[in-house]
Amino acid sequence: MSGKGIKIFGLRKSYGSGDTAVEALKKVDMHVAPGEVVGLIGPSGSGKTTLLKCLGAVIEPTAGKMILGDDVIYDDGWKVKDLRALRRDRIGFVFQAPYLIPFLDVTDNVALLPMLAGIPNTEARNRARELFKALDVEHRAKAMPSQLSGGEQQRVAIARGLVNRPPVILADEPTAPLDSERALAVIRILNDMAKKFETAIIVVTHDEKIIPTFRRIYHIRDGVTYEEAGEGRNVE
Amino acid sequence: MISLAGRDILHSWGKFVFTGIGLGLLIGITLSMAGIYRGMVDDAKVLLDNSGADLWVVQKDTLGPYAEPSSINDNIWRGIRSIPGVDQAANITYLTMQVRKKGGDVRVMVAGITPGGPGIPGWPPYLVAGRQITSSHYEAVADIASGLKLGERIKLRRNYYTIVGLTRRMVSSSGDPMIFIPLKDAQEAQFLKDNDAIWAQRRRTAENPAFNRPGVPGLLDAIIASQSTNPYVNAVLVRVKKGHNPEQVAEYIRRWKRLTVYTRSQMEEILIGKLIATASKQIFMFLVILSIVSSAIVAFIIYTLTLGKIREIAVLKLIGTKNRTIIGLIMQQSIALGVIGFVVGKISATLLMAPIFPKYVLLEPLDSAIGFIAVVMICVLSSIVAIRAALKVDPAEAIGG
Repeated sequence: MSGKGIKIFGLRKSYGSGDTAVEALKKVDMHVAPGEVVGLIGPSGSGKTTLLKCLGAVIEPTAGKMILGDDVIYDDGWKVKDLRALRRDRIGFVFQAPYLIPFLDVTDNVALLPMLAGIPNTEARNRARELFKALDVEHRAKAMPSQLSGGEQQRVAIARGLVNRPPVILADEPTAPLDSERALAVIRILNDMAKKFETAIIVVTHDEKIIPTFRRIYHIRDGVTYEEAGEGRNVE
Repeated sequence: MISLAGRDILHSWGKFVFTGIGLGLLIGITLSMAGIYRGMVDDAKVLLDNSGADLWVVQKDTLGPYAEPSSINDNIWRGIRSIPGVDQAANITYLTMQVRKKGGDVRVMVAGITPGGPGIPGWPPYLVAGRQITSSHYEAVADIASGLKLGERIKLRRNYYTIVGLTRRMVSSSGDPMIFIPLKDAQEAQFLKDNDAIWAQRRRTAENPAFNRPGVPGLLDAIIASQSTNPYVNAVLVRVKKGHNPEQVAEYIRRWKRLTVYTRSQMEEILIGKLIATASKQIFMFLVILSIVSSAIVAFIIYTLTLGKIREIAVLKLIGTKNRTIIGLIMQQSIALGVIGFVVGKISATLLMAPIFPKYVLLEPLDSAIGFIAVVMICVLSSIVAIRAALKVDPAEAIGG
């Protein structure tokens, strides 16, 4: 589990070529340590989503370097052959909406990931149940997603992001659909989980109510990241 | 590993069951069409089986007596009987007509059978009620499908016949029930004209000086008498002695009697290959069209179901689900839909459609097995469009932006 977080050096991403080329990411440098939750903040069109897609191995950057744990996964080209397996085993995702699979119950929504990785069903479900205990949704393990509240759904989605014990979790506006209380609860859970599982968590957000909770924040503007460090922001 | 397709079907079972029922009715019609074709072939074979003949002797260069009109003298059978290898030979006539009965009328094939008894070629081999014909005139044995009852009287041309026996599965090649009557009556029925036509014919003959010569007083009566009888039959049914080759016996008859003779296999070829060929082509075209319609429906349903899951598919791809798992999800659902449809189709074809079709519908297990394989293959092929759509889904859609 865990590893050494994620490090990004000089990451660039361009769309198109020649005169019509658009540089979505010009220079991204980031480092998120294991157990740390950092915020990534920026206005619309600043390159947040593009960065998330590059970090999530969904699109290929144009240049730069990414180190996940001890492994260089990108260095002016992918260094990993199976990007799906990389996403499945080493990157967790938490989305703006929970996007749970509607025809699977809560346990199987979470256990599906380890099952896809070849872990036996019983063990995969045990892993899911452990996380439900930690996330306080144990009593909803047999429920279908449509029977959960928004906050419960988001906690199940966090469990899904964590279940394969990835070194990094990318959370895309995870508190957007929630009220202040629930939003802060989700950030608290992410902090707890980051520490418990030594996972590096990057939270992309616009949500002003949760911004003060981050110990470190990366601002992104016109494809360039700037780090802003501060004390006393953590919800603890 | 969880069966994603199975869970999705259980989650939205109503959608699948109702779609499957709709598809099933279409498959039921397809199976019934195949059953109608099999029924036609079976009717043709039953006609040949029940005639009890090994050879059919007919007018030279005709495909009689079922596919073309055939007329031969009713005394030819005696000569045929003496040919080596011939066990039995019997005249037969066939006549398709509409018979009036209580509550409407029914189309039947009337067969005129040689007097003698059961076992003679042409006779109904078994009865389900009543007795065989014992009188030389005005008795009939009817197939139960005609709806006639024992003791019922029917009118054929000018004469009334009493139903003395009932038989089963004695039908013409077009599926019409058969009525057996004595040969002489059938010959008369085939030939007999109405009274006005007979009077006109007699007057015409009498006015011909060649037939009404003063010096030959009995000539006119003799000619009129010859015009009033029918010395023709449609065919002679021949049963070959055990141990003799029917083809060899047929060859003797062809050579010595200058008639056309068909063996069982040749007659089957005439009935199935020629007589019902157009109908079978038509049914085949229906089968093709119904298969295309079924494929289009399955493809459309599966495509629509897949489009409804685009977001879930994007999430599955993002979290590292392999393409083959997603293909499996769609294909298994498509096959499940086909299986539900086939079960509904088979039940509806057997219990609902076959009993109400006027034609005999023969649903053979092999056809059902072929149908099942075809349905599964159609479902697999139909899911390709949906699979292509699913594979094109960008996992980045789950992230948005």
